[in-house]
Parts: sequence; structure tokens; C-alpha cells
Amino acid sequence: MSTPAAQFNQDARRLSADLRHRQTIQTAMGKYEVARDQRKVAFQDWQAARQMAAETKWEAVNHLDRHLEQFVRNIEARGAKVHWAGTDQQARDLILGILREKNARVIVKSKAMTSEEIHLNEAMEHAGYEVVESDLGEFIVQLREEPPYHIVFPAMHLTRDEIKDVFQRKLGDAPSNNPEELTMVARRVLREKYLQADVGITGANFAIAETGMLSITENEGNARLTAALPRTMITLVGIEKVLPRLDDLALFLPMLSAMGTGQTLSCYNTLYGGPRQPGETDGPEEYHVVLLDNHRTALLADAEQRDSLHCIRCGACLNVCPIFRNVGGHTYGTTYCGPIGAVITPNLRGLDDWKHLSYASSLCGACSETCPVKINLHHHLLQNRRNASRQKPSWWQKIAFKAFAPVATRPALWSLVTKMGRLGQKLHGLVKSSRLDPAYAWTKTRDLPPIAQQTFKEWWRTRS
Amino acid sequence: MSDRDNMLARIREALSVAAPLPGHDHATARETPVLSDIADQRRVLPAVGQSFDEQLALFRANATELRADFRLLNGVEALAAELNGLRVAEGWQRAASHSGDLTGAACRALGLPVLLTDQAFDKRELAACDVGVTGCDALVAQTGSVLVTSRSSGGRALSVLPPHHVVLARRAQLVPDLPAAFALLKAKYGGGYPSMISFITGPSRTGDIERILVLGAHGPKKLTILCL
Repeated sequence: MSTPAAQFNQDARRLSADLRHRQTIQTAMGKYEVARDQRKVAFQDWQAARQMAAETKWEAVNHLDRHLEQFVRNIEARGAKVHWAGTDQQARDLILGILREKNARVIVKSKAMTSEEIHLNEAMEHAGYEVVESDLGEFIVQLREEPPYHIVFPAMHLTRDEIKDVFQRKLGDAPSNNPEELTMVARRVLREKYLQADVGITGANFAIAETGMLSITENEGNARLTAALPRTMITLVGIEKVLPRLDDLALFLPMLSAMGTGQTLSCYNTLYGGPRQPGETDGPEEYHVVLLDNHRTALLADAEQRDSLHCIRCGACLNVCPIFRNVGGHTYGTTYCGPIGAVITPNLRGLDDWKHLSYASSLCGACSETCPVKINLHHHLLQNRRNASRQKPSWWQKIAFKAFAPVATRPALWSLVTKMGRLGQKLHGLVKSSRLDPAYAWTKTRDLPPIAQQTFKEWWRTRS
Repeated sequence: MSDRDNMLARIREALSVAAPLPGHDHATARETPVLSDIADQRRVLPAVGQSFDEQLALFRANATELRADFRLLNGVEALAAELNGLRVAEGWQRAASHSGDLTGAACRALGLPVLLTDQAFDKRELAACDVGVTGCDALVAQTGSVLVTSRSSGGRALSVLPPHHVVLARRAQLVPDLPAAFALLKAKYGGGYPSMISFITGPSRTGDIERILVLGAHGPKKLTILCL
């Protein structure tokens, strides 16, 4: 079996040479960038907004116990049942238990990365339930039997023709490759599912401690319908999603929309505080909230990288990442891809298997720069590298640095070696890019700039 | 120990080491974070004009950009005329609504069979209606949003299941920005919030196929805001 690192290298090599794939991603990102920048400049002070959001999230995460207890107290007082899931297995068992108790048959889901994280669909399908993803992008990748490509745009890697093909194959209905007609096919199919479904499952973007509410941001209305029509509703939410106050949303909702999709506000920003309340005539009779840890507390224990739990999953860091834009979302082989995925996956799933993701970075810092809650993403990638080399030092790096240190600390030796380097580079030119080149693995796709004919010190001595 | 106690214990244990405040990588300049208040939020969020007319113009501009249909009307007679115009143009056969002073007037004016969601109703019947007519809690100028709740707008499904959502509002319901909208929610419902609160910003949409905008993904294809 290939390791995650080997799979990553193989897929990255294939996809970065796939020009059609790159074209699809560049086109989608081009549209996103224009819209995002329009929204950012509409803010009177975007940088101050980022700082406020970061401090609010700091407060939420660094007093998580207090805010979580307040959230639970408030939403339970309104009739919701809260479940605490320490692991992915516990979360799946809890949800399957609710489905059994309700004699459910058809489950309709709105987009939830937490459910991808715990492989909920597979578990429910394996147990015999009919599970339908209702977000259009998620519906498409579900039909194609593949994971979402991007945490906000699950089907952004597909062309309209590929979507037409899968609709034709799986639904027997694809009048054309026109995006509007294809959307209407999905609308017809899913309408019936909302009405049939016994249970609706959602994720959540924010959990409000002050009022005991879950906030869901979406554009299609699929989460609204999932939360309105089935008799039982389940929300699976990571414990780090908590925000202290209802008012905080006045800042977070427009920031999430601006960075996630380049909108002033996404079409539906909805708060759910419990099941149907006295005097209400629709909505679920039962509301279950499943709080998911699944290694989040391990990340919380790392004070250095704790701020990676501030993430609001807007996907902005993926969109600006030169690595993501070349290798694509599936290459990561993880639920959370891009810079944030490269930071948290080694912490959530083991450094040894996933440290390679922290090397898939140019350390350009575009991710940290764009992050609306100011997560120090590219520094965390460096910290992961440091931790990995501490945990399992590499023998050749040790030798290399043993050799480098005495040279670098002796000016005479250093100057001799740089002179030799100039000569060495000339000789290297004879074999470069051929199999005789000892550095072939590195030089076959890269050029080394020529070493200057004169060092700074030489120049300084001879300047007039 | 229960699952709850276990998780809270893990959290407390994890938090025993302090993390630096954001924006201060090496040294903590301040001990506690500054939580923004409404004035702070207003300083950074997109600007809205001071006067009612500026805010109304902003709402109209936002709604139009979102492809919602915003119409400013004078009086209940004008409302009846607009609704009947829409009924004829779109061939409405069945409507759904809830009781209320504006919605009541609208239903009478339409003269169609109306499904009211104030009492228990069949969701398939609601799905078969051509239009859902609802009230709202506020119109938000800053974002072009309509604020609805399960209490003010006939429950959870009425504003999202029928293919056309008609919102009835009064001019006095216009609020400048999101902080004002949350303040309004607190003042109005602080003692007992409705189970659903939603900011509706334009008709349902998706860009999931090649990032091309399509209206009416799952919710309403059309959103009409009639403001008296």
C-alpha cells in the first residue's frame, strides 16, 4: 500500500502537468478573486476587522470550556438534546443510534465538513439508509462517488460536460450541459427528497454561546429546507465553532461571505435555536446537536498552534495558495486541504503520516495574509517541519548540517568553498538535466541561479 | 465520568498553557482580548449613509444587484395592485401565507385559495403553492437582506419552499446595518427567541457548476420585496 506521502507526490506530479485541470481552477479562482476584492474594499477597515475577528475567536477558543457550557445550557433549555462525541467512532454511533430510534429510512444532508471528517455517509449507507447530499456541489461529487474537492466549492474541478455525464449516468436526466438546466434537474430530484426525508443532518458555521444557537451560512436554501421539513434534525459541529455573543455575527457573517465566496452576505444566514418552539407549526420536533472533538482538544493543547482552531472554514487560504492551485484539492488526500489542511491534518491524524503536507508550501505567506481570523498559517507549517525533524531526524540532513556548520563559521573556509562553488557550477552544467547529474531529482524541473562572479565582500574591498 | 465531563476535562487540561493573543507572535502585549462592541463594528463594516433616504437607496442598490425585485409602494391599495399584477403575470393558482396585518390584506387582495401556515399544514400542499407571502422583522440596508424569523414570517418552510417569495415590509422596518439588526432581535425577542432566524439576501442561488450563477437552486427562484 502506498503511503499518504507517496500518493501525494504521485498525484501532485500528475495534476500539476494537467493543463486542462489547471485551466479549470484558474478560471474559477479568477472569478472568485475579483468578487472577494470588491467585498474587502467595501469594508471601511478590513485589517481592523481581521484583528477584531481574531481576538473574538481567541476569546472563544481560549475559554472554550466556559463558552461551550453556556452554549449547551442555553440550547438545552430550549429543548435541544446535546451529545458529546469524543471520537469519530462515537459521533457515528450516536448519529446511527438516533436514526435507529427514529426508524429513519431517507436522510437528507446539507453540507458539513465535519461529516466528511468522520465518514458519516459511508457509515449511514453501510447501515442501509438512503443518504442524499443536498448542496448542489456535494450532490454532484456524491454521484461521482468522490470526496469534495474544496471545502467551499466541492465540485469546482468539474466541467459542465462531466456533470452532464454523471447526471445522465446516475439520474438518467440531463437535457444539456447548460448549468441552469443541470441545476434544475438537481432541484427536481432533491425537492422530492426533502419531502420524503425522515431526518435532516446539517453542519454549522458558528455556535453562539450567549443564546444557544447554531448559525448556518449557505446560498442554495438546501440547509433551510433540511432544517424545515424532516421531523428530526441533527447538527454535527466541531467544538471550536463557538462564538461568545450573538452580536459577533454582525462581523463574522459578512467576513465569512466576503472571503468564502466574494459575496456581501451569502443568500441564507440562518440561526437555529432548538426544535419547533411552542406556538410554531413547522420545523423538527426533535433537535439533536452532536459536539465533535475528534482530536481537536489535542490541537487545543498545543498553545503554539492553538489559533488554527480559530478557522472559520472560508477556504480563502486554499484559493490563494500556489500549491493548492497547481495540485488541486484531491491530491491532499485529507478532509481539509490547502494550507489549513496542511497545518491541522498532521495534528489531527499523526505527524509521521502527514508531515509531507507541511513541505508542500512555498512559505510565501499568502495564506496568513488572507486569513480573515489571522491564523499564522505559514509559521505553523514551519513548526510542523521542526516538530517532524525533532521527532524523526533525517540522517542525511544531520550529515549535511554537520558539514555545513564548520564551513559557515570559518570565513576563510567559506570564501574558498564559494570559489569552488563557481567552478563546480560550471562543471555541473555539463551533466545538468541528464541522468549523470547527482542532483537530477532536484534539477530536472529547476534551475539554480548562477553564483555571482564576485562576492559582496570582494566587491566591497575593490569599490572605488 | 460522562462523555461531557471527559471532554470538558480535556479542554481544561489543554488550556492550562496560555496561548499568545493574535497579532503578537512572540510577546503578549495585552493580557485580555478586546471584544468589539457595536461602535467598533460600525467603524470597520461597509459604510451605510446617515439619512433614511441614503439607506433606502443602498438597500435598493444591494437588492437589485442580488437580483431581488424591490418595489416601494404607497399604501395598501398599491400593494393590492402590485400583487395582482404579479398574480396575472406569473399565473399563480395557489398562494401560501400567514396571518398578520399586511399579509392579511395581501391575501384578501389576491383572491386566491391561500394555505395559512399558522396552523398545522401538509408540507406537500405548501410545496405545491406558487408563492409564499410573508412579513419580516427588518430590511438591512448594508447587505440588502430581509430578516425573517419563524415567528414573524410563518414558520420555517414558508419563506423557502414555494418558488416565489414575496416579502411585505414597512418603511419603518429598514435598519441601517447588521449590528442594528442584531440589536433589534435582542430587543424584540430577548426573552424567548424564535427557533429560526434567517437573513435572506437575494433569491436562492448556486455557482457550483463552473462558478456560473444560477438562481433558484433549492429555495425560491424569485424574491420580491414590497415595501410600504
